[in-house]
Amino acid sequence: MTQQDTARTGADGTFAPRPGAAPYAAMVRAQASMETRLLLRNGEQLLIAVVIPVIALVGGVVAAGRLGIDLDGADPVDALTPGVLALAVMSTAFTSLAIATGFERRYGLLKRLGASPLPRSGLLLGKVGGLLVVQAVQVVVVGAVALALGWSPDPLGLLLAVPCALLGTAAFAGLGLTLAGTLRAEATLAVANLVYLLLLAGGAVVLPRSSYGAASEVLALLPSAALGDALRAALLDGTLAVLPLVVLAVWAALGASLASRFFRWE
Amino acid sequence: MPAPPAVQVSDLVMRYGATTAVDGLSLEVARGSITAVLGPNGAGKTTTLETCEGYRRPQGGTVRVLGLDPVRDRRALLPRVGVMLQGGGAWSGVRAVEMLRHVAALHAHPLPLDLLVERLGLAECGRTPYRRLSGGQQQRLGLAMAVVGRPELLFVDEPTAGMDPAVRRTTWDLLRELQHDGVTTVLTTHYMEEAERLADLVHLVDHGRVVASGSPLALTRGRGDATIRLVVTEPFPAGAPQSLAAALGAATEVLPVDEYSLVVTGPADASTLSVVSAWCEDFGVVPESLTMGRMTLEDVFLAETGRTLAPGEGGHAA
Ligand SMILES: Nc1ncnc2c1ncn2[C@@H]1O[C@H](COP(=O)(O)OP(=O)(O)O)[C@@H](O)[C@H]1O
Ligand SMILES: [Mg+2]
Repeated sequence: MTQQDTARTGADGTFAPRPGAAPYAAMVRAQASMETRLLLRNGEQLLIAVVIPVIALVGGVVAAGRLGIDLDGADPVDALTPGVLALAVMSTAFTSLAIATGFERRYGLLKRLGASPLPRSGLLLGKVGGLLVVQAVQVVVVGAVALALGWSPDPLGLLLAVPCALLGTAAFAGLGLTLAGTLRAEATLAVANLVYLLLLAGGAVVLPRSSYGAASEVLALLPSAALGDALRAALLDGTLAVLPLVVLAVWAALGASLASRFFRWE
Repeated sequence: MPAPPAVQVSDLVMRYGATTAVDGLSLEVARGSITAVLGPNGAGKTTTLETCEGYRRPQGGTVRVLGLDPVRDRRALLPRVGVMLQGGGAWSGVRAVEMLRHVAALHAHPLPLDLLVERLGLAECGRTPYRRLSGGQQQRLGLAMAVVGRPELLFVDEPTAGMDPAVRRTTWDLLRELQHDGVTTVLTTHYMEEAERLADLVHLVDHGRVVASGSPLALTRGRGDATIRLVVTEPFPAGAPQSLAAALGAATEVLPVDEYSLVVTGPADASTLSVVSAWCEDFGVVPESLTMGRMTLEDVFLAETGRTLAPGEGGHAA
């Protein structure tokens, strides 16, 4: 019976096996473009990525002007924009990445890609690519709003800010992946959002550490404060702040080793 | 030297904590065949398949796929093997065809997407996000994702679960066509009809072991040509199967299915049917139906394990 049925279908070699992996670069490009599209398609993610930083910037500048808050003597928009950029980096590298990856794990996507020719390194690179594209969008939007509000960053600082943001991305991404790879998706969602809100409020990311009084020294050890400090030093003063960068590097090493040790793919 | 079998599993043991999911399972898959691993839920099919796919390391025994070790040689094997998981495997917000295109982009010589979209009826839901696809549509997409990279060997886990009968048939046609073009397929299923209609070789599994192997024909012929099914209106009184067995004699076998039905196998013919009918009168049970038919894999499974393959799905209704 099987024989007859086979004959009837009259296959013609259309499906003849021809296995092979796509070139590595093509696979990474495909993965990055997919990650980017999915990140930008998701309304909540977009809210966290773009809307909240813009509100924080505009709100902060307006409030500082009204209330006469002193931000280390700097113009409010100059003082706040670096921290808002730090917030944007953190929201994507930590919160969005953790939530997206948590659900990828839950829906078996990571498992399925594990059976595809895409190696894990390629998957990771694809994710990083997606992160960087989204962050570029964030920087353009936040930067445009800031410029409209009269932001005048240090020109050299714009260059120096790039490695600071990348190091911050590495630090937060490792922590985000650790979260996503160990907790259930719902728990990841809750914890990633909670940590984001706590750091936004008390992590010296948007406001400089000097605004936190006695807690300032301890806060310096948080990745949020370190990224904020590094970007403020770059964009306000045109300098590389060594200590915050060391703090970020330690967090990045810690995050990477935790993620590589404890990340569970299923 | 002849090519090694497509898949060779020897004495595989897999445990989850205290649960033994696979308990000394051995099977072979010939190149170019469609081989079905048929068994009820929880039999260990998925665990076996995922071990062949390299997701898990065998805790006992050995697994060889295309002559290679699926864990150690994973990189070399991945492009050659197409995988359909039992469920999931896509982003929740990804559109159906977008997902297929992505998997295609990871391969060097993917099939034309249009062809698969057309053959698997994905056009109607091509722009629908994965989470809003019906179960059957998700299955079809999963199969398309397994096939699109032009693998030599396909592992498909319950490929037609949740499909309506018409779509199931087009899926079978596609798998046959793949076979005709040289693709080896290993599929798991708990639909006896799927194994019977599609597979060259069937491994019946239960409790993590192979209980019988062979072509559908060889398996069903092995115990006689026909089966008599008796379904009664009230539950059988105690001792009914034994009483019927005594009435029929030693050559036949009486297998209780549930409290309302039983199956008689062996050299069953029209005279056996009349013996059963007379026995019903004598024993005081009223047949709801008494039929004679070709033996099925369901009957073989029942004979080997004393249990039905898919409770509530086939059973005495067949
Ligand atoms: N991840 C897991 N953790 C614990 N037990 C599992 C897990 N996966 C499967 N099992 C158990 O192993 C047995 C075999 O499961 P599985 O291989 O999925 O069978 P099948 O695919 O035939 O339904 C079942 O008893 C099941 O409950
Ligand atoms: Mg299963």
